[in-house]
Amino acid sequence: MLCDVCKTETASVFLTQIVDGKMQKVNMCEGCSKAKGVADPTGFALADLLLGMGAAQQLERTTPEGKRCPQCGFTQSEFKKTGRLGCSVCYGTFSEGLEPMLKGMHKGLKHTGKCPERLQRTQARDNALRELHADLRHAVVSERYEDAASLRDKIKALEFEA
Amino acid sequence: MLQTCGENWGIKGVIMAIRNILSKSSDWLRGEGPHHQIVVSSRVRLARNLSGAPFPGWAKKAERTQILERIRPRVEELPEMADAFSFACQDLSALEKQVLVERHLISREHAAKGPGSAVVMNKRQTLSIMINEEDHLRMQAIRSGLQLRAAFKALNKVDSELEQKVDFAFDPVLGYLTACPSNVGTGMRASAMLHVPALVLSEQINQVIQAVNKIGLAVRGLYGEGTEALGNLFQISNQITLGEREEEIIERLQKVILQIIDHEQNARQTLLQQRSNTLLDSIGRSYGTLRHAYSMGSKEALNLLSLAKLGCDLGFYSEEQQHAVDELFMETQPAHLQKGSPKKLATEERDTLRADIIRRKLAEFQPPDVAGVMARVQVVPQKTGEETAPAEGTEPSGESSEGAL
Repeated sequence: MLCDVCKTETASVFLTQIVDGKMQKVNMCEGCSKAKGVADPTGFALADLLLGMGAAQQLERTTPEGKRCPQCGFTQSEFKKTGRLGCSVCYGTFSEGLEPMLKGMHKGLKHTGKCPERLQRTQARDNALRELHADLRHAVVSERYEDAASLRDKIKALEFEA
Repeated sequence: MLQTCGENWGIKGVIMAIRNILSKSSDWLRGEGPHHQIVVSSRVRLARNLSGAPFPGWAKKAERTQILERIRPRVEELPEMADAFSFACQDLSALEKQVLVERHLISREHAAKGPGSAVVMNKRQTLSIMINEEDHLRMQAIRSGLQLRAAFKALNKVDSELEQKVDFAFDPVLGYLTACPSNVGTGMRASAMLHVPALVLSEQINQVIQAVNKIGLAVRGLYGEGTEALGNLFQISNQITLGEREEEIIERLQKVILQIIDHEQNARQTLLQQRSNTLLDSIGRSYGTLRHAYSMGSKEALNLLSLAKLGCDLGFYSEEQQHAVDELFMETQPAHLQKGSPKKLATEERDTLRADIIRRKLAEFQPPDVAGVMARVQVVPQKTGEETAPAEGTEPSGESSEGAL
């Protein structure tokens, strides 16, 4: 049996784990197992153990070498070590690699639950402003200046609130 | 009044406050609430982070301290925390933290934290908020019995109150952003602790675990991730946090739990009717050992107490005796034993003390009322060859997956 990692040497280390009720087997040669730190579980890509085999590799493949999160300086090799991200901006920085991972472990990629009230208010206001601006353009084009003036006042009031 | 214990509060204050909390048992341990015979407790936790700040695991020490200083006062001033205790992690001894772990008020990971982390909990010990665990905030509400909806409702209110004062990391598409991608979205983990001795005795538990795993729920042992299933206690929780609303997750979990309760009840009746000898032997032996042992490890204690609890549920023991059994589950845990002793106990000393406590508490415990229970049972002779073979498969102590808290 060949090593799953280098695909050249004969596998001598057999790792089995259960992820989401599914048994996952990884066979490795001695060299690769040492490189992955299998003999020393703390050094083994914890991301793999926590998030399923291949999670860390996925991020590794899709992220250019040495890419850092502009906000916190986090790198994908850190993710490989801990299975955790550096900050909320990392989700954007490493989005290419994270997406397939999230798809695999969740139900879709769109949050449908609770939304902070503050954000809800902002969104509602943004939508209202967009509509008012559109109405204003129409009013000006069709020379309804009285309407336009009242729309402009409404926009001002909303913007002041923000 | 809020009791804040921090660097400037003095170590005496910390000791007094922690003693205060440790001397009271948690409200959720009362053995009340819907389906309390099988569902010991229901827990909901939410993970939240401050927008723009590095997650605790990546933040530098100074940043973590800064984050803690920003969040802690906001948590302490919550109306729900009016009678709360607030501890900085470095002010608690290893033993005190272990007691909080045994009560499920903090996670094992949080117990390992030093400066820059804290925990705030209410007096009834039904709400606890860890600061700078894996995420900036890990808030949990815990109730006895099957009360997932009530626990969520209470916690959701706390979350909304905090949201007025702090800016949480939230993305319109991905939802609440968490340190681990497995929590992103709702950041919610809902779980229930189930006591299912009959499913274990009748070797159906592996089938149940496999079925539950298949629908995207996790089953774990007593203390969450990677822990053994002791005392026939299992935690069942949601895995998915993205793409489903909080209420949907809770309803799905609730439905599955109700089904497991049915299975357990059926298994109990089947044991009584068809394998009464096996059942009576287990209950009788647990009674004898609990009443007469002079040394007992914590695993053995949990397993025997589980059988005593089953005996209570089935009517072998009176209702008053049930309370003593419920209390022993917590009192015989290693850190709880140690906290009552002035000196550090070796393992053997702890085992002796554990057996003493159990013998004393159960001194008045009447033998199982076998005649009374069996008179009410319609015994069905066991059919041979028709039993389903026990499923082989996954061990309940999951090596897989992320934290339960």
